[in-house]
Amino acid sequence: MSSATREALPQGITWFKYAAPQTFFPLAGALAPWFAAIAVVLFVAGLYIGFFVAPTDAQQGEAYRIIFIHVPAAWMSMLIYLVMAFWAGVGLAFNTRLSHMMASALAPTGALFTFLALWTGALWGKPTWGTWWAWDARMTSELLLLFLYFGFMALQAAIDDPRRADKAGAVLALVGVINIPIIYFSVKWWNTLHQGASVSLKSAPTMATTMLTGMLVMVFACWAYAIAAALWRVRCIILERERRSDWVRDYLGAGR
Amino acid sequence: MLGTAGVMRSVIARDLTLAWRRKADVFVAVLFFVIVASLFPLGIGPEPQLLRAIGPGVVWVAALLASMLALSRLFAADYADGTLEQMLLAATPLSIIVIAKVIAHWIAANIPLVLIGPLLGLQFGLPGDALAVLALALALGTPSLSLIGAIGAALTLGLRGGGVLLALLVLPLYAPVLILGSLAVEATAAGLAAQPYLLLLAAMSLAALSLAPWAIAAALRISHE
Repeated sequence: MSSATREALPQGITWFKYAAPQTFFPLAGALAPWFAAIAVVLFVAGLYIGFFVAPTDAQQGEAYRIIFIHVPAAWMSMLIYLVMAFWAGVGLAFNTRLSHMMASALAPTGALFTFLALWTGALWGKPTWGTWWAWDARMTSELLLLFLYFGFMALQAAIDDPRRADKAGAVLALVGVINIPIIYFSVKWWNTLHQGASVSLKSAPTMATTMLTGMLVMVFACWAYAIAAALWRVRCIILERERRSDWVRDYLGAGR
Repeated sequence: MLGTAGVMRSVIARDLTLAWRRKADVFVAVLFFVIVASLFPLGIGPEPQLLRAIGPGVVWVAALLASMLALSRLFAADYADGTLEQMLLAATPLSIIVIAKVIAHWIAANIPLVLIGPLLGLQFGLPGDALAVLALALALGTPSLSLIGAIGAALTLGLRGGGVLLALLVLPLYAPVLILGSLAVEATAAGLAAQPYLLLLAAMSLAALSLAPWAIAAALRISHE
């Protein structure tokens, strides 16, 4: 896009102003440290509540405390996929480059949270269920979600032309988002036939208020972390993609 | 000028003729199906009880893999000789042409699997009615495999390492078909009704038929930009 057409866009609507990588780059740079700071504060507060304030669980003892990482990670893994698919859809519909860059920037963070959810789930499962892994409906669909993230990243990595990589990844993300509910329900039916509800997260007792507080604080901490990480990553992607443009050259020249 | 139906007919006829002249490709996929399914008893042991329990799942997994292997042929030849470009430029909507191509592909690559599937089920000691349900489930489920797989084939068109990448993209999306297909056969073997699972398989195939062609067409256009 030439700078002439960019200036021809209506300047009154500030939302579209930040759709241009050039204007979003400094905004992301200004916002990311704030979100990172919020994430650190909330992580410290959440972990303090989780480890020192929240009472010991009557049934599971101290082992339950991994919930303060496990549940936020699992929620984030699904939410980030939705956000990623949303930006991919916006990118396909309006042909905005920044939306695609945002989708690519979110994928590694989403995969990280999916992996964390599985890993902490295994660590939680060993003392409480007596097994690292059970083919529970949620765990299985979480595993498939991890594969979907990997597929998205592998497809984008395999395509050299960034525009094609963006769009191909966007189509895949949208196909995946339609399939996620189908996968979840089919896995659920499959599981109910194979084994009873011996392993179920639903049977957990109603939570103490401090547990819930700790968990919610951790959820917001994960949100802030994910936003900060995605903004920093999208800044790198913008620099890489726009390296031939004048403003990147000026920016990099000024930094030196 | 051909109408929409005429274009579909001629694309199907062309692709089936091409498949018929390359019978070896079809046989290789079927052989792969048979070999994969036959390897499981070798690894697990010849105990009839166990084999009967894992039979439906093994046959379905083998069918999934065989169906996936055939996918790379779906657009590759047309992409290489420029036919696909003509299809993109044609007056007929690309999604219509794509549906025709997927139908032809399903007939050539998946109907053999539907026919051979019960034979493999017999090797695993499945009872007669379960074999019939297995064939029916394969017939109802494989269309969605072809349709979803075609999205992956279109996305990975002309990429290096396309085959392995295709597996990574497509296999997680195949999970619901695998689950419902195996459940239908297992339910029959256990004396339960298979109908709900068969209906769900059919519903998935119909949903894929209505949605996938757009995604396939979009992916093909992306690969030609």
